[in-house]
Amino acid sequence: MVVYLTRKEHFNAAHKLYNPSWSKEKNQEVFGKCANENWHGHNFDLFVSIKGSPDPDTGFLFDVKKLSMIIKEHITEVLDHKNLNVDVPFMAGKICSTENLVYEIWHQLLPHIPTTVTLHCVKLCETPRIFVEYYGE
Amino acid sequence: MQAGKVAVFRKEHFNAAHRLHNPEWDDATNTKVFGKCANPHYHGHNYEVEVKVTGQLDPKTGYVIDMKVLSDLLAKEVIERFDHRNLNLDVPEFKNLNPTAENIAIVIFNLLRPQINSNLSLLIRLYETERNFVEYAG
Repeated sequence: MVVYLTRKEHFNAAHKLYNPSWSKEKNQEVFGKCANENWHGHNFDLFVSIKGSPDPDTGFLFDVKKLSMIIKEHITEVLDHKNLNVDVPFMAGKICSTENLVYEIWHQLLPHIPTTVTLHCVKLCETPRIFVEYYGE
Repeated sequence: MQAGKVAVFRKEHFNAAHRLHNPEWDDATNTKVFGKCANPHYHGHNYEVEVKVTGQLDPKTGYVIDMKVLSDLLAKEVIERFDHRNLNLDVPEFKNLNPTAENIAIVIFNLLRPQINSNLSLLIRLYETERNFVEYAG
């Protein structure tokens, strides 16, 4: 029996989409308003999904309070109320798209997920209308 | 028989960076009062703004206000000013005003009020997050 468990967290952050090897004009042309040099921001919603078989003694896949603590320690406390381009070590040197961010979040979480379950998906919603998913491929 | 007053609502959104601070205070006091919101490198939100206009129906149109007119007004006065901007750095209205949700709602009200018929009442509801929102009706 394979069950999927998802925990939702959130963080509020500033960012901009900017390729430093391009001119300002090219950044504006490609990224539009998202290239504002003074940044803009979002309330990000983060969904972390794990999969596995429930423990017969507890009925749990994994204690979701512990999953929340793992996400808070390694992700939301690092990102919340921060500037993703300036304040976040694991985004240094990377273009701060939601795609790149979800990939890095996956890799920040992976070492801390217990071996009794499998990290299945990280979904990151930049707005209610725009979200990305990464399955570790 | 004349109907009572009807309230119409228009909802828009903008994504913006900001920080909360009082320039007369030192960094320690700003952090103590505003916490994480005082990050000098800014943070951000997807803001949702709901504009409520209340009044009698125009008997010729059946409208309280033409919603296309209201939508265009919001786009021009609010979204173009705030969307994908840094409220502290890019928006003149916040040059000397702390961009709290409260102050943003007041600024939005003051931008729209002169351009909406005075016999219609106006209320602004602004969501900074799903859980925190403010209202201002002048």
